[in-house]
Amino acid sequence: MINTCEDSVFVWALAKFSLLAGNNFKEVGVQMEQDELKRQEDKCTQENPPACTAGCPIHVDARKLMRDIKNQDLKSALATLQKKQPFPGIIGRICDHPCENVCKRQDVGSPIAISALERYCVQDQSVKIAKVMKVPPKSQTVTVVGSGLRGLTAAYDLAKKGYKVSLFEKADRLGGNLWSFSEHQLPPEVIVEELSVLNRLNVQIELNKAINQQDLATLQKKFNVVYLGFADQSKEVLELLGQQDEVDPVTCATPITGIFSGSLIGNDSPIMAVADGRKAAVSIDRYLQGVSLTASREGEGAHGTKLFVNTKGITPLPVVPISDELGGYTAEEALQEASRCLDCQCLECVKACKYLENYGSYPKKYLRQIYNNDSIVMGMRHGNKMINSCSLCGLCAEVCPQGLDLGETCKATRESMVNKGKMPPSAHDFALRDMAFSNSDAFVLSRHQPGNNSSKYVFFPGCQLSASSPEQVEMVYAYLTEKLSGGVALMLRCCGAPADWAGEQNLYRSNLDDLVREWESLGKPKIIVACPTCHSMFRDKFPELVSLWELMADLDLPSQAIRVRGKQVAVQDACTARHEPVILDAVRNILTRQGFDIEELPYSKERTKCCGFGGLTSFANPELAKKIVEDRISESTTDYAAYCAMCRDNFASKGKRTFHLLDLLFGVNLEEASVRPSAGFSYRQENRAKLKRKLLESLWKETPPEREGAYRNINLLLNEKVQEIMEERRILIEDIQQVIEFAERTGRKFINPDNGHSLAHFRPVKVTYWVEYQAQEQGFVVLNVYSHRMEIVEESHE
Amino acid sequence: MSNTLKQTPKPLWKCGKCGGELKRGSVKASYLGNDFEVEELKCLNCGLVLIDEELALGKMFEVEQSLEDK
Repeated sequence: MINTCEDSVFVWALAKFSLLAGNNFKEVGVQMEQDELKRQEDKCTQENPPACTAGCPIHVDARKLMRDIKNQDLKSALATLQKKQPFPGIIGRICDHPCENVCKRQDVGSPIAISALERYCVQDQSVKIAKVMKVPPKSQTVTVVGSGLRGLTAAYDLAKKGYKVSLFEKADRLGGNLWSFSEHQLPPEVIVEELSVLNRLNVQIELNKAINQQDLATLQKKFNVVYLGFADQSKEVLELLGQQDEVDPVTCATPITGIFSGSLIGNDSPIMAVADGRKAAVSIDRYLQGVSLTASREGEGAHGTKLFVNTKGITPLPVVPISDELGGYTAEEALQEASRCLDCQCLECVKACKYLENYGSYPKKYLRQIYNNDSIVMGMRHGNKMINSCSLCGLCAEVCPQGLDLGETCKATRESMVNKGKMPPSAHDFALRDMAFSNSDAFVLSRHQPGNNSSKYVFFPGCQLSASSPEQVEMVYAYLTEKLSGGVALMLRCCGAPADWAGEQNLYRSNLDDLVREWESLGKPKIIVACPTCHSMFRDKFPELVSLWELMADLDLPSQAIRVRGKQVAVQDACTARHEPVILDAVRNILTRQGFDIEELPYSKERTKCCGFGGLTSFANPELAKKIVEDRISESTTDYAAYCAMCRDNFASKGKRTFHLLDLLFGVNLEEASVRPSAGFSYRQENRAKLKRKLLESLWKETPPEREGAYRNINLLLNEKVQEIMEERRILIEDIQQVIEFAERTGRKFINPDNGHSLAHFRPVKVTYWVEYQAQEQGFVVLNVYSHRMEIVEESHE
Repeated sequence: MSNTLKQTPKPLWKCGKCGGELKRGSVKASYLGNDFEVEELKCLNCGLVLIDEELALGKMFEVEQSLEDK
């Protein structure tokens, strides 16, 4: 499609608009199947009702009621009650509140006085209960015998559904047992007022009308359904049904078609009587509609809940006393009491994870969003960034009572996106190119220990430690060759984690194949890894694997290792080591041997937090990665000790004093080491390349070939500001050198006649880099850099 | 040629190859198999197209992101 238009900005806007328009079409065969989604969703308990609601036979949302009272919104409070209660003014005064028995507040104090608070809500005369909504009338007829709470509830529920309801009461007033409550607890005028709703619902009320067996036969002929609103096995039911008094406990149906009856024995619990009437009303409605009476009724009545609520750390609070026992709670007391409500939620993972918090919801919702995003064939995939922002660190699974791991779903979905060609190229391109660098001749090295033809071990320092602290890689290698016999080979390259995290499984596998070939050519030695991520990538792939820390915990520490007495450090466990107790212990063992006092962070060991590098978060969502770092470094004011180069670099770059364990073991200037920021992307690559060259020269006495490219001779002058921009925009020194070399060689550049600046671009990869610069004697002063991925087709007129 | 409504400020840059002024002209842009034609500053002699920082990091970036999510 070609768009043409005069106004450039307008065209750019139009280009975007045309993408946003159109419906979202869903794909039929998707990666995550519906039942797998359901299985994952079921693990998240956040949408399960709180204990009070589940424990209420008619499921009044007491948690919402407490919020309403806290918000001092009595109108909303009454609406909350009315949503489930047929006669809030009555139930609110007499309910026997089974909800309070299951209230989670009793784990930390006493249960919320839900009943007293309901009373407070319905006692307020200033707020009127909202009118009942009517539906179009139906022709079918129901007769209800008895106007106790069962009969009243059934009559109310069925009339609201539009059925023609007649209500027979043998006494001269409606209400039955309601009149046995004290006038103070349930004033007669409240009964009358509340039951007047039945008139408004056009219920035909016949008082002073006792029904006997003969009448029942007549009613049965005259009405579609008869409901006997009495307790099961009560004298009334026995009289009316005789031998046929067996009532189905699930449906309230009697053996006689079209006659329903109370299924609960006794009248001790008002709320159970209401629930019994409601159950019958549901059955009667289904009966009249000709649908199954028994299908999916598991959720009815009081039940337990799967909602997990963590009450650890919550201050216990006793119930707020009622100063005027007769009048009930005052507004102030009610507010105070409702404020004790824990507002039961799970959100364990959301509380622990900045990523989950960042998107404002919880895993059950995220799972559905991810599933939908992956199912779109045509239309915008708004969930891409969310899927690519997870650190895949596994903390959510660790804190989730059901072990739900959203990272697993994010990772599987990334793989699916890559397979469909729908992975946004910008998300991981830079990280994957960095990985390609680490697997290029510039860094890859595989050698037996000098003077050895075979190796018992191979040291695998990994690409990020080599990038961050190449000199420490040298020191560790020297230490290992001194301490271990049998030969320690060295292997420099990337473990493949970036490809795995990016969902690039083909790349990951081909990298692993190369790695395995090299390892085999070294004679399959035991691998010593310094980086916990390399460890996590190798643990199921190689038979013999040991972490440097585990090994050092059993060896003499290096002579340079610093010794302290009682200095505190807080351990930043690597997220990829959370399931490696051997590593967690070894690190603590080493620090303790050095004389450190170990502080455990609130989230440590198997519950440690990622530094924002895991899962390539910092590439796909730099803003979020920044929040993750800030959150983690604010957990303690103590200096941190990390054993992952990325954790150290990310924290120190944000000003948090953080040592790498190797800083402490190989005696460097600790003050400098703790605050040394990350070397930056360009120098990280340069450090790797230099490490290889240096080791080849010093240990293996080989002269490595110079790296190719005329552009490498271009000398750049970069001030701090420009270097910051380069980091933020992920532009390397090498990229800038290529732009300038090309521009100066071909003359293809722009010139600003006013200040003599040059502006040029070059596209070495799928990114076009632009550099504004000025030539000086010593080199080129770089003034600005930026890039875009879109390709501009330039006609060459050369 | 009486384009008084649309006044573009005189561009800062000149073509470094021929020294010529840059003029607005039709430019083909392409990303992930989607092609557009837009009006941008270019050297009509040498074909060099100027994409300034504001466009690269603004509108162009937005379109790239949208195409990636399409």
